[in-house]
Parts: sequence; C-alpha cells; structure tokens
Amino acid sequence: MSEQNKDDQPIVIARDVHKWFDNFQALKGINMEVKIGEVIVIFGPSGSGKSTFIRTLNRLEEHQRGTIIIDGIELSHDVRNIERVRREIGMVFQQFNLFPHLTVLQNITLAPIWVRRWSKEKADEIAMQLLERVGIPEQAQKFPGQLSGGQQQRVAIARALAMQPKIMLFDEPTSALDPEMIKEVLDVMVELAKSGMTMLVVTHEMGFARAVAHRMYFFDEGLIVESGTPEQIFKDPQQDRTKLFLSQILSH
Amino acid sequence: MTSTSDGLGPPSPPGAMEWIRKNLFSNWYNSLLTILGATVVYFTLINIITWVFNTADWRPVTVAPLLYLVGQYPREELWRAGISLLMVTFLVGMSWGVWKRYVRAFAIFMGILLGILAVFPLETTTITLPIRVFMLINPFLIYLGYRIGRLQSVHGRHVATLWLITLLLIPLVILPGFENSSLLPKVPTTVWGGLLITLLLSVGGIVLSFPIGVLLALGRRSSLPVVKLFSIFFIEVVRGVPLVTILFMFSIILALFLPSESRIDRVIRALMGTVVFSAAYTAENVRGGLQAIPPGQVEAAKAMGLKNFHITILIVLPQALRLVIPTIVGQFISLFKDTTLVYIVGINDLLGIGNAVLNLNPEFVRLQMEVYLFIAVIFWVFSYFMSYASLQLEKALGVGER
Repeated sequence: MSEQNKDDQPIVIARDVHKWFDNFQALKGINMEVKIGEVIVIFGPSGSGKSTFIRTLNRLEEHQRGTIIIDGIELSHDVRNIERVRREIGMVFQQFNLFPHLTVLQNITLAPIWVRRWSKEKADEIAMQLLERVGIPEQAQKFPGQLSGGQQQRVAIARALAMQPKIMLFDEPTSALDPEMIKEVLDVMVELAKSGMTMLVVTHEMGFARAVAHRMYFFDEGLIVESGTPEQIFKDPQQDRTKLFLSQILSH
Repeated sequence: MTSTSDGLGPPSPPGAMEWIRKNLFSNWYNSLLTILGATVVYFTLINIITWVFNTADWRPVTVAPLLYLVGQYPREELWRAGISLLMVTFLVGMSWGVWKRYVRAFAIFMGILLGILAVFPLETTTITLPIRVFMLINPFLIYLGYRIGRLQSVHGRHVATLWLITLLLIPLVILPGFENSSLLPKVPTTVWGGLLITLLLSVGGIVLSFPIGVLLALGRRSSLPVVKLFSIFFIEVVRGVPLVTILFMFSIILALFLPSESRIDRVIRALMGTVVFSAAYTAENVRGGLQAIPPGQVEAAKAMGLKNFHITILIVLPQALRLVIPTIVGQFISLFKDTTLVYIVGINDLLGIGNAVLNLNPEFVRLQMEVYLFIAVIFWVFSYFMSYASLQLEKALGVGER
C-alpha cells in the first residue's frame, strides 16, 4: 500500500478494460495510468465510450475484461472493495443528480454522516466551508429546485468533495448548462485542479483542457485513438480522426 | 387600486354583476341554459329539504344512535369507547398545535361536529346525560391538546409516538379488555359493531397494509430471486381475487384448517383479509413511484459510497412515497368503503348495523332510504377528510419540489 501511495505511483490503473452492453462493445481495451495530482481530460464523439470508461472506475458500470486498480484496490465483485473505492472517488454528473427532497446542506452532509459516520456538527461545518469554496454559502438552506443550473452543479461538486475523495470524476459537467453558467462551474474546477486534486474530466471545454490538463485522451469507438499533453494534441495531432474532431469542435 | 388608473398594473377583477353577465348570460343560449340549470337546482333542493325535514322518518336512526356507533358493545362498558374517543380528540388537538395549519381545519371541524352531536336534540333515552357530557368534553380537549401542542418543548416526533401508542392501546387493550379483570373485563369482538368496527378495520387495514405494501414493492424490484418471486406471486394472486373471496378465505377456510383451540378472533381474521388485499394494491402503487425516480439519483448515491439499504431509505423511498400520496390515499378511501363487505362474513359494521336496524321493527322495513342516506353521509364525511388530509400532506411534504 505505502509503495503505491507514493507520488510517482499511479493512483488509477486501467489495463485492457473491455465492456459490452449486450452485443454492443462500448470499450475495446482501454489502458490508462493516472498519477496523484494529475488532471486528465477525456474527449471524443458521443458514443465513443468516454463516459462509460470513467463510470467503470467507480463501478457504476461493470467492466467484463481487464483490470482496474484504484489506490491499490482492485475492482472486482467484492462489494466491500467497491464501497471502499467509492468512498475515495467523488463524481460529478452531467445532470447534477442532486437529491430534490433534501436541502443543499443535507445533500452535502448525507454521505459524510452515513458513510464516514461524522457527527452532524462536523459534517455541517465542513459542508459550509465547501459551499464557501464553490461560492454559494447563502444557498445552504434552499432546495436544489430553487437554484440555477450552475449553482446546482457547484453544489454537486461540493457534495462530491465532502467525502474528501482522493480522485474526482467529472462526466460532462457543463453539457447541461446554459452558456452563461458554464464559466462559474469551470472556475470552480480550475481552482480544484490547481489545488492538486487528481481529476478525470470528460468534457469538450477545450479552454479548460488547455488551462489545466496534464494529459488529454481522445476516445473513438471504444478505443483511445490518441493521447498526449494539451500542447501536443492542439498543435500537432498525429491521427486524422483527432484532427477532424478538433476542427469540428473548435471551428465555431 | 391607484395603479389601474394610469393603465399600468394588472386590471382590477370584474365586479359581481359583470362576472354574472360575462359567464352566465353572454348570449341567448347561455342565458337559457343558466335559467334551466337554476330551475333544476332549485326544485331538486326544495324537494330534498322537504323530504329531509317533513317526509322522512328518521326513527331508525334516532331510536338507537349508539348501535350505529359501537354496535352491541355493553352499555356499562361504554366509557371505554368514550375514553378512546377522548384520547383521539386530544391527539388531534396536539397535532393541530404541532403541525399548525395542516391540521387546523380538521381539528376545528371535529370539535364543532362533536359539540353539535353532544347537544343534538334526539327523542331517545339511550343517549343519557353522562354520554352527552362525555361528548361535550371533546371540543375542550381538542383545545387543551392544541395549547399543549404549541409548547416549545413538544415536537412532532412526540405526537407521532403518542399516536402510535394510542392506536395500539385502543384496539388491543382498552376496548377488548382482559379475562378476569375487574377494571377492564373482557368484551368479545362478537358484540363490537357499527362505526367502531368500520374504523377499526379501515384504520387497522391502512396502518398495517402500508408497510407491508412498501416491502412488497421493494421486494418486487429486488435482485434476490426468491424475494422477487414471492413478491410477484403474492401481489398478482391477491390482485387477481375479489375482496369478498379473500374475506371468505380468511373467515371460513382459515378457521377450518387451524385447530379449533387456536381460533383467531373473527374480527382479526377479517382484518387480516383486508390487510392482505390492501397490501397488494399498495405495493403496485408504490412500485409506480419507485419507477418514477430517475436512475441518476441512485447512481449519485452509489457513487458516494452509500449502502443499498441507505440508498433505499434515504433517497428512493422518500421521493417515491411523496409521488404516490394521491394514489395511495385514493386506494385507502376505497379500502375504507370496501370494509362494508365484512357484513357478508357476519360482522356488523356500520352498514351491517343499518341492515339490522331495518329488520328490528316491521315499520322500519320501508325506511331504507333514510338509513342508507344517513350511512352514506357518514362515509362521505370520513372519505372527504381523507382526501383533504392527502392534500395537506402533499403541501407539507412538497417543500422545494419543482
């Protein structure tokens, strides 16, 4: 364990990951290693398997072949391992998935209280600090339905951070937002990246990738077509498919 | 009002005359319909009022009001039913104090109704002065409960606990009593009847079938094959059989199969039938609510490391149950009315008492209209308040829901 937790050791290891939905093969052998503090941006056309891949990392989707090791724990059918891994991974969804029947504060403190077994006072205190960090402490007692999309997504980020995860997964966090709200969410994510959080982000926000990503992966048809630093990907893409895709999303 | 003069602001609402002209007499055929409708309503009302106050013979109702309330429950033990009522009214008052406007109208209505009943002039000797005094205590007890409920130190969970204790105490201890007890001698359920039985079966049926129904709904979605198959089997078998059949099964066939010394009380048997029947329907209604919860809710909870049990209790059920309140209450109103079927297995519920009274005196045989109307009004009052309670519950729980 101690050896794997060293800074130069990968905290996420995916080897030859395969995933089928019935007869449709969504992942055709994904290999990826992520070190602590790295920010990874995954992009590609819809249906390319990028969301499916990050969902296999916390076992929201089950991979059928290959190996996934998170912080030294291999994901298998062992339920206790899955729970341990999920405690270390925070996730932010495209549709926010806040709990509409709970207040913002309750949304954030739910998992710390029930999973980490913190006292309500401690959970509340940390939740308020996180709301401060994402810039909406005054919304603590409101319900998600009373907030704007951008505010909801920032609450979702605070909720994921409340478990004090080692890794954060973002599944198209700005795709469901109105254009004027994208920036407020990206600002929070940039701040998080600069604080040294290990992040895997599925997004088409190339400005974000350019600003903070250490490495980028281009997915297509269940495979990694190309990977590299933002510099390499934007200035000198090697594959025709990468060039075509980048020209399509950057042209307008 | 000032803003309307300068043409800003919303237009002021039309006056009464204008409203009548616009909505009732806008053209010749609407005017004709209005006049026709008003005539029909006028004559119907006149006829009903004349019938109720002049033609109708209310003796089958007034001659034995206690029979409709408690059946043959021994009159010297009647104070036990009275105490039960006092406990309930006190708790209604406390609920009013704690949950304020959601219970207010109900509590006030109940107080007024019981107050009127206490002083209602009846040409009968069965309603004695002590009974009237007992009834008259109720409105004051509601108010006392309200004042206590408003105290800072009294919380909703206290009142909820008291309700639970009371609802167990009344049917299990106070009303049936014990063998060889001098304070609470045993009163067999064979003499219970009337509204008492109707309420016992419906409240018992609702309270017991609800948790069973929720468990069945969850069981039907379970990944454990045995649990899932049992739930599907139970739900589909029960839903495929009429309530009358289930009541017969529990009343007669169950008694045949069990050894005679372990005889289950016949009211309990009827209650078991009602619970089984209602649970299957509750299960399907709750399942509808469970299916309406977006999968993202469960995914988000899973991603945080919550266990399946916690996800169900904290995330899925609260949202699903809120969605199905109207359907479930509708189902409970049906159940309340369906309890009248128990007269088929020889239990004298409200309707059964009505039929018994009609056979009491040869003069009463032609007075079915009066008896059934009286019973219908009682059922309507309770059913209406159940749907009223459902609306209040939706409002109370609907905070923040968009």
